[in-house]
Amino acid sequence: MFENLSEKLQRAFKNLRGQGTISEENIGEALREIRVGLLEADVNLNVVKDLIEHIRAKAVGQEVMTALSPTEQVIKIVRDELIALLGKDTARFQFASKPPTVILMAGLQGSGKTTTSGKLAAWLQKGGHRPMLVSVDVYRPAAREQLKVVAKSIKANLYEGDTKGEVAGTPLVERLAKEARREAVISGCDTLIVDTAGRLHIDEDLMGEMESLKKLLSPQEILFIADSMTGQDAVKSADEFHKRLALTGIILTKMDGDARGGAALSIRHVTGQPVKFIGMGEKPDAFEPFHPDRIVSRILGMGDIMTLIEKA
Amino acid sequence: TRTRDSLGERIESVIALTREVDEGALEELEMSLLASDLGVTTTTEIIDALRERAKRQQIRDGAELKELLKAQIKGILDDQQRPPHVVNSPPEVIMMVGVNGTGKTTTTGKLAAYFRAQGKSVLMCAADTFRAAAIEQLEVWGQRSGVEIIKTRQGGDPSAALFDALQAAKARSNDVLIVDTAGRLHTKNSLMAELDKMRRTTQRIVPDAPHEVLLVMDATTGQNGLQQARLFTESAGVTGIVLTKLDGTAKGGIVVAIARELELPVRFVGVGEKIEDLLPFDSAAFVDSLLGA
Ligand SMILES: Nc1nc2c(ncn2[C@@H]2O[C@H](COP(=O)(O)OP(=O)(O)OP(=O)(O)O)[C@@H](O)[C@H]2O)c(=O)[nH]1
Ligand SMILES: Nc1nc2c(ncn2[C@@H]2O[C@H](COP(=O)(O)OP(=O)(O)OP(=O)(O)O)[C@@H](O)[C@H]2O)c(=O)[nH]1
Ligand SMILES: [Mg+2]
Ligand SMILES: [Mg+2]
Repeated sequence: MFENLSEKLQRAFKNLRGQGTISEENIGEALREIRVGLLEADVNLNVVKDLIEHIRAKAVGQEVMTALSPTEQVIKIVRDELIALLGKDTARFQFASKPPTVILMAGLQGSGKTTTSGKLAAWLQKGGHRPMLVSVDVYRPAAREQLKVVAKSIKANLYEGDTKGEVAGTPLVERLAKEARREAVISGCDTLIVDTAGRLHIDEDLMGEMESLKKLLSPQEILFIADSMTGQDAVKSADEFHKRLALTGIILTKMDGDARGGAALSIRHVTGQPVKFIGMGEKPDAFEPFHPDRIVSRILGMGDIMTLIEKA
Repeated sequence: TRTRDSLGERIESVIALTREVDEGALEELEMSLLASDLGVTTTTEIIDALRERAKRQQIRDGAELKELLKAQIKGILDDQQRPPHVVNSPPEVIMMVGVNGTGKTTTTGKLAAYFRAQGKSVLMCAADTFRAAAIEQLEVWGQRSGVEIIKTRQGGDPSAALFDALQAAKARSNDVLIVDTAGRLHTKNSLMAELDKMRRTTQRIVPDAPHEVLLVMDATTGQNGLQQARLFTESAGVTGIVLTKLDGTAKGGIVVAIARELELPVRFVGVGEKIEDLLPFDSAAFVDSLLGA
C-alpha cells in the first residue's frame, strides 16, 4: 500500500553519491519523505515536527559512511530517534509491598480494556500470581457479564458482587471496587485488576469518577488501554487521562492488524509513560511485552533494512 | 495553554493573520487537515485544488478561503450520497460490519429504535457468536428498543443464526432486519471469508439482499481506516459508513479520504452511548464541525 520509506529515501539521495557529507540541501527532500511516512503511520503532527528537527540537526554535516549508504545512514538516525522517544528499557510492573497490588484499567470506549484485563490476569497467573478481576462498568450493556465469561475462560478469580438494583452511578462503582478489594484480601489474591467503563476524556462526570476510584484504591498501576488504529486524536485523549490520573503505563491493543501504530509514539510523547504490553488478538494469551525496536520498524514500514543498520 | 488545538481555532488564527491569501495561509490549512486525520494524499489534493481556485477567483481574505475549503470537502462527501434504494420485497436486510470495538452492537440497537420510530417492524440478528457476552449485550438493546432478536448460543455458527433470522423476518414480513456481526480485523482472511459466506447466505434467502452493508468506523481512527474500508468492501460489499463516537474530540476526517478514494457515502453518525444518539449523516454539519461554523 505505502511505498517503502527506504525506497523513497533512495530516490531522495540519488544525487548524493560522490559527495562527502550530508548537506542541508540534499537532506531536504529526504526529510519531506520521512515526514510523510510518519504522518501516514499516524504519528502526531507536532511530534513529527519535533522529530524532523532533531533528525535534521543530527544528519546535516554527517560524513557519508562507507559501511552504509546515505539512505541507510539517515534511516539509522530516524530509527535511533524513534527508539529514544519510545524509551529503550523494557517496562516493568509495580507491585505493592503489602498486597493486593491494584491495577486500574482506563481508556476510551471499545479500546480493549475488558479483553486486556483478562489477558493481564492470565499473564500474572503464568508468573505465579493470584489475580482477582472485578468489573466496575455498571453502564455498558452486559459489560460485567463479559468480564465474567472472560474470567471463567482463564479460570481466574472474579469478584462478581451484586448491584442490588442500585442505580448505575459512581456510588455503585465505588461500592463494588471497595468490596472487591476486601474480597481479594480475604481470598488471598495478591493482585486486583479493576476493569472500568469506557469513557471520553471530555466527559467531566466520568473522568471525575476515575479520579475518585484512584483515591479510593491507591492503585500501583493505572494503565491506559489504547487502540493501535487511533489517529491524530490519540494525544488529546492520552493527555487528558494522564493529567487527571497520572498514568503509569500504556497497553497498545489490536496490534495483530496492519495499523502502523504511530499512536504509540504520540501517547508516549504526551504522557512520558512507557508502553508496557501489546495486544495481539482477541484470545487471552494474545499478549506480549512491548519491544520499541519492533514497532519502530513497523512505523517506518521496513524490517529487512534494520538488521543491516544494526550491524553498522 | 491549548491554543490552536481545534481546526476551527487554527483557521480563526489564519483568518486573523491573513489579509491576502498566501502560501503561509494554505500551509496552515494543510496542517489543520492533517491534524483531523484526512491523510497526506487527500489533504495535498484538497489544498492543491484550493490553491488553483484561489489563483483564479481572487480570494480576498481568510474567511473566503475557509468557505471555499468547506465547499470543497462538502463536495467530496456529497458526491457519494445516493438516494435511498427501493426495496422490492421486504425485509430490507442491513448488515453491520467492522473492526473490533467500533460500535456495531450499539449502532444495531440504535438503528432498530430509529426504524421503529418510523413505524417500521424491525428484527435484529445476534450474529456475533464469538465475543464474550456479545449476545447478552444485544439482548439489552432489544429490551431498550422493544425489538426482538434472533440468536443462537455463544460459539455457534453465525451463518446459522443469520439463516434463522432471515427465515423469521420473511415469515413475519418484517420491514427491516439488522444483523450485528462480530468485530474482526480486515487482515484476518478466514474471518473475512466468514462475512462473505454470510452475505451469500443472505442473497440466497432474500434476493437483492443485503441491501445495506454498513462499515462501522470509530471517529478516532487514523490512516488505517482506508485499508479497513478497502478490505471490508472487497469481502463484505460495504455500501456505506457509520461514523461513531463523534461526541469525542476526534472529527473523523478519514471518511473524507474514504469518500474520495473508495466512493463510499457516510450514512449515519453516532454521538453518544444512548439509544437516541444516532443521526443521519449531514455533510454541512460535518464540515462545520471539522472546520468551525
Ligand atoms: N484483534 C484484536 N481484538 C482485540 C484486541 N483487544 C481487544 N480486542 C477486541 O476489541 C473489542 C473491544 O474489546 P473490549 O475488551 O470489549 O473493549 P473495552 O475497552 O472493554 O470496551 P468498553 O468496555 O465498551 O469501553 C472486542 O471485540 C475485543 O475482542 C486485540 O489485541 N486484537
Ligand atoms: N461515546 C460514544 N461511545 C460509543 C458510541 N457508539 C458506541 N460506543 C461505545 O463504544 C463501545 C463499543 O461499542 P460496541 O457496540 O460494543 O462495539 P462493537 O463494534 O459491537 O464491538 P465488538 O463487537 O467487540 O467488535 C461501547 O462502550 C459503546 O457504548 C458513540 O457514538 N459515542
Ligand atoms: Mg469493557
Ligand atoms: Mg459487538
